[in-house]
Amino acid sequence: MKYLLPKIKENEVTSRDLFENRREWLKIMGALSVSSAIAPATLWAAASRKLGPLEKSLYSTSEEATAFKDVTRYNNFYEFGTGKEDPVKFADSLKTDGWKISVGGEVAKPTVFDMDQLLKKFPLEERIYRLRCVEAWSMVIPWVGFPLHKLIQAVEPTGSAKYVEFVTLHDPEQMPGQRSPILEWPYREGLRLDEALHPLTILSVGIFGEVLPNQNGAPIRLVVPWKYGFKSAKSIVQINLTETQPKTAWNLANSREYGFYSNVNPAVNHPRWSQRKERRIGEFRKRETLPFNGYGEWVASLYSGMDLEKFF
Amino acid sequence: MDKRAANLKNCVLVAALLPLVFLAVRSYLGELTANPIEYVSQATGWWTLCFLSITLAITPIRKLFKFQWIFPLRRLFGLIAFSYACVHLATWVVLDQFFDFESMLLDIKDRPYITIGMSAFVITSILAYISRKSIRLALGSQRWVHIHRLIYVIAILGVTHFYLIVKRDTTEPLVFAAIIAVLLAARFIARQKK
Repeated sequence: MKYLLPKIKENEVTSRDLFENRREWLKIMGALSVSSAIAPATLWAAASRKLGPLEKSLYSTSEEATAFKDVTRYNNFYEFGTGKEDPVKFADSLKTDGWKISVGGEVAKPTVFDMDQLLKKFPLEERIYRLRCVEAWSMVIPWVGFPLHKLIQAVEPTGSAKYVEFVTLHDPEQMPGQRSPILEWPYREGLRLDEALHPLTILSVGIFGEVLPNQNGAPIRLVVPWKYGFKSAKSIVQINLTETQPKTAWNLANSREYGFYSNVNPAVNHPRWSQRKERRIGEFRKRETLPFNGYGEWVASLYSGMDLEKFF
Repeated sequence: MDKRAANLKNCVLVAALLPLVFLAVRSYLGELTANPIEYVSQATGWWTLCFLSITLAITPIRKLFKFQWIFPLRRLFGLIAFSYACVHLATWVVLDQFFDFESMLLDIKDRPYITIGMSAFVITSILAYISRKSIRLALGSQRWVHIHRLIYVIAILGVTHFYLIVKRDTTEPLVFAAIIAVLLAARFIARQKK
């Protein structure tokens, strides 16, 4: 599916105040030590490089973005601990320099990319997406990234390619949470090929116009906004085109609770809790959860004729 | 009442309020995470189980160390546990659901962890009520003791409620389960010995 990005008017998604505050924040960071050995975890984990210029996208929501401090201090990233505030505390041990992503499997041109190559080859867009966690909370996050389909097309999938598998870094030295078998490491996720090629699906390298903080899945992660958040794998090192449905971390942990598709669906409850409502971080009252997280107009057709209760 | 016993009770009461004080301080400092309602809910539930465990530990400690002075604290800790359960429930009703009674009734019916939590709360309320001296005297000590053994049920329901809501990391509910299992086993053994 070819999508041409139209030119869209400036869309103010993050308040000016927030941007001003972050400039102050960066000044303070610069004044303090640049050495990672001295800077405390929270400063080091904060984004420190601007990304741009960024194309606007038709797929961005006009909703207000969640506060930067909430987006970067409330994370499920079990590689750094199971507490929501563990990743911001402990993710400074992740080293993103020299990061490589190998893209292979059922492709004609298996390639290993480094971050510079990706940033040169694929122009960056701003994609402001809702992210809905399976735990029934959600955020609006201004991602910086590029559509995954561009990367997949570049490596030329063969006729046998039916799925795309994503593999996260496996290094207990850098990721202390991996020293415990809370999930099967490395974290793996997967999409059906058409889901992976959909224009909504992106690989993200930043948030709020700057490089991804470690706790948000640096340096590169997946974002699939119509699925529960755990599908959006972080800190990716491998992308493989496969013939058979890939194994995924949460499905392996509990197949009755976490399905392969995991499309956001208020009509299909988690076995233990309801998915009818969600708490938008920063808001008091709960909201009604929308089918496909509100992206139904663009993705429902991928699942026409599919029993979404059976294939949850 | 013995002066020392009264002072001891007052100390315990003040100490038991500290978790709430800390929550209030964190709230003022904006340190309740990005999801404060979830944080407060989890914290109040945790303290309920904590004080419940302490309540269950009173009798084994008294028997083991022959600390007779600890006996009056049993009712106090039980009521503190009940109070925290009330705060935990209030967090759900007011902050999480904001008085959406239709939704809450559905939850109580459909979500096992809420059915279990609510059952535990109802039983706890009954025990809190009958712990009053007038009711205890009216019931007579035999019947009172029998009814009060429902605390074992509360403990099991409480831990199960916690276990069911945790997504993946079951460490804390399992630690509580182990502690409560030991405390219940201690009583069972003591009763066998008689």
